[in-house]
Amino acid sequence: MSRGRLGMAHGHAEGNHELTLVFAGSKALTANTTPLAPPSREHGVVLKDPALAALLAWLVPGLGHLYQGRIAKGILFFVCLVSTFAYGCYLGGSSELGWGRVVYVAWRDDDRRLAYLCQVGIGLPALPAIVQASLAKKGKPPRWNGFMAPPRPEAFGQVGEDFAQALSNQPTLDELHFQLRSYFDLGTAYTMIAGLLNILAVYDAWGGPVLPESARKEDDEGEPEEKKQTTRKQQP
Amino acid sequence: MNGLLFAAVATNPLWYALPLIVVVSLVYAATRHEDAVSILTHALRIGVWIVGFMLSVFAVLSLISWLV
Repeated sequence: MSRGRLGMAHGHAEGNHELTLVFAGSKALTANTTPLAPPSREHGVVLKDPALAALLAWLVPGLGHLYQGRIAKGILFFVCLVSTFAYGCYLGGSSELGWGRVVYVAWRDDDRRLAYLCQVGIGLPALPAIVQASLAKKGKPPRWNGFMAPPRPEAFGQVGEDFAQALSNQPTLDELHFQLRSYFDLGTAYTMIAGLLNILAVYDAWGGPVLPESARKEDDEGEPEEKKQTTRKQQP
Repeated sequence: MNGLLFAAVATNPLWYALPLIVVVSLVYAATRHEDAVSILTHALRIGVWIVGFMLSVFAVLSLISWLV
């Protein structure tokens, strides 16, 4: 809400005559002069539609920034976050077990995968895990050579028969830990960190850069200084 | 002996922290600033801070291990 008001305020500030007319008088004039709200700005950054930018930034890291025209930051976020996530998937898998074994959805007595809550912060790259889990829930075997598929339950009593049958070809969590050794934890850490960092990137797409206090002071002090200089030049 | 030392250093799992430090520094700094120079400067500062923090934890743990 406040962001929308900020955008309107900028729009008024850019056209002083419109501002006077709107505040002086009729509703009709108000409707005519503000048909399109300008994109919101934060520290000189055009955020366009912040909600859409945040959604795009969550879906694909950096996409929200590309939409806003912040190309360099978009590329930086995409390269850093996607490569970290992909490397985590590589570490947490093998050609025999399938790749991306560290990213999966499971909520049962022997395995409550809370790590996925962090991993899903990366958006689209982590969503195949939901597809695989829903397939298993319907009693269908996982696709894509077990990519991001949940591990087979240790005991059949913990889950439904269809679910256990669908995952009968998959390794158990113990087997994953045994075969991948510490790489399972490393892969989990890499993918979790990538997801968490993308949440920062989503916030950046939504609200603009969070300048540190020192930079903000410089930003605030910079404007009056320029005004002072222009007034000094005008004086004889 | 040198070969063993090199192998121990090369296979140390701490090397896996290096890409994470770089990525965390860059992404965190990029959410704070808009221009490239500020981002890189801030990222360098954060990276040095993280490494320093890790070294201080290492020193404390080494001290405890030496004492016990």
